[in-house]
Amino acid sequence: MSWTWFHKLASPPHAYRILGTIAPWFGWASLALILLATWWGLVKAPADYQQGDGFRILYVHAPSAWMSMFAYVVMAVAAGVGLVWRIKLAHAAAAACAPIGASFTFLALATGSIWGKPMWGTWWVWDARLTSELLLLFLYLGYMALRASFDDPQRADRASAVLALVGVINVPIIHYSVNWWSTLHQPASVTKFDKPSIDLAMLIPLFIMIAGFQLYFGWAVSRRLRGEILRRERNANWLKEAA
Amino acid sequence: MTAARTPTLAAAKLVFQRDMTLAWRRWDEVAQPLIFYVVVTTMFPLATTPDLSALREIGGGVVWVAALLASLLALEALFRADVEDGTTEQWVLSGQPLGYLLLAKVAAHWVLTGLPLVIMSPIVGTGLGLPTSAWGVLMSSLLLGTGTLSILGGIGAALTVGVRRGSVLLSLLVLPLAMPLLIFGSRAVAMQMDGDSPAGPLQLLAAIFFMALSLGPIAMSAAIRISVEN
Amino acid sequence: MDLQKFFEMGGYAGYVWTSYGLTALILLWNWWAARRSEAEAQTAAKRRNELALERSS
Repeated sequence: MSWTWFHKLASPPHAYRILGTIAPWFGWASLALILLATWWGLVKAPADYQQGDGFRILYVHAPSAWMSMFAYVVMAVAAGVGLVWRIKLAHAAAAACAPIGASFTFLALATGSIWGKPMWGTWWVWDARLTSELLLLFLYLGYMALRASFDDPQRADRASAVLALVGVINVPIIHYSVNWWSTLHQPASVTKFDKPSIDLAMLIPLFIMIAGFQLYFGWAVSRRLRGEILRRERNANWLKEAA
Repeated sequence: MTAARTPTLAAAKLVFQRDMTLAWRRWDEVAQPLIFYVVVTTMFPLATTPDLSALREIGGGVVWVAALLASLLALEALFRADVEDGTTEQWVLSGQPLGYLLLAKVAAHWVLTGLPLVIMSPIVGTGLGLPTSAWGVLMSSLLLGTGTLSILGGIGAALTVGVRRGSVLLSLLVLPLAMPLLIFGSRAVAMQMDGDSPAGPLQLLAAIFFMALSLGPIAMSAAIRISVEN
Repeated sequence: MDLQKFFEMGGYAGYVWTSYGLTALILLWNWWAARRSEAEAQTAAKRRNELALERSS
């Protein structure tokens, strides 16, 4: 009884309509928050006493690193829902998450490397966080490669869902092992990166940026998901009215 | 439907024996990963330096990387023949827990590729300057690591069974997942050589192995069902 | 506020602006790719509908 709303929501025509209504809200809200956070982070926030203005890269690096993991977890949850309850919409959502998540992972790697240059003196350091991001990028690439290698969309959905679940179980192990590995190899000189006490005035724009990125992710997933629904439902009757 | 089912353990044993017999008839194919393993480890002294004390620094890591690559080599074809000739379909219909039958196949694969690598590793390691005191840790870390890798590879092979040119894809899927094994395994060897106790990473390797052993069959059977059912 | 000083970013100009530029680029790419993915599917669906209408009439 109480699950009817869920089935209604998971039905493609409803989802298509609802996503179309909420996407603009996500879009405009994320634009506003990202602009606000950019201004706050670049202009209003005080410069760091050690890193000067270089620390402002934090406001794009940390949110993108956060989104890269968030998108992977969302993707794996969607894949799991799709696999267990055989909901096509959930598989479509997982498919929509992957390229967005991969692009944020790439962004986190690139900004981390750029930030590392003035801080460490080299473009690349095998630091725990950068290495974890790199392995996460490999996981995304493997997922997308597997999805792309099937002709039958249903098989692609289910096979890549199994991979996403195996991957999400592995992510904490990879994270832990990489952390352990980097503490063994590097003396505690790289602690410039992770400030134990960061000023609250510096944190506010960070949280705004993270919220903005989240909404942006919501917008992009909604748009992509609408496309996926149309492609998957190409023979359904409801499409004749919607299109 | 009413006929008494073969006990699962007996069925798994039959699968294992069948694969061993088949492999015995084509022993040259079984030897290939082992040869690959030796060839790859030979490349490192040639590419870097013949100085054993310098090689010792990276020796454990090199042995580990070579073992990872070598055991992936034969994985692609693990389930292919059985899926193509309909054997796996019969397994799915047989009512036996599919995961255990697949695990038996993976076990046979491990005995044929993983175990020889483990046995061979002291010889290869000596060539890279690893002292005899590190043999025990090298072999036990590889024992746990190749076991986990065979299960991870089994999941990858089950996922790519219906895919053209699956071998590159398989490596792309499995290698990132195998990174923790590489980290813990090669560190265990290095710690032993530095005089530290390698118990920590070895225990972690064992923990990962048992996790793979318990969850792997579920993932493998789910993946095989996808390839067979449609 | 001194604009010149703002653009110099305390000597980190190249790093900070490249990072923000790259971020803008990735966000724009995602915007473009998501829009395109939806729009392509919509045009394809419309075409199919039109074809179906022609066939039925």
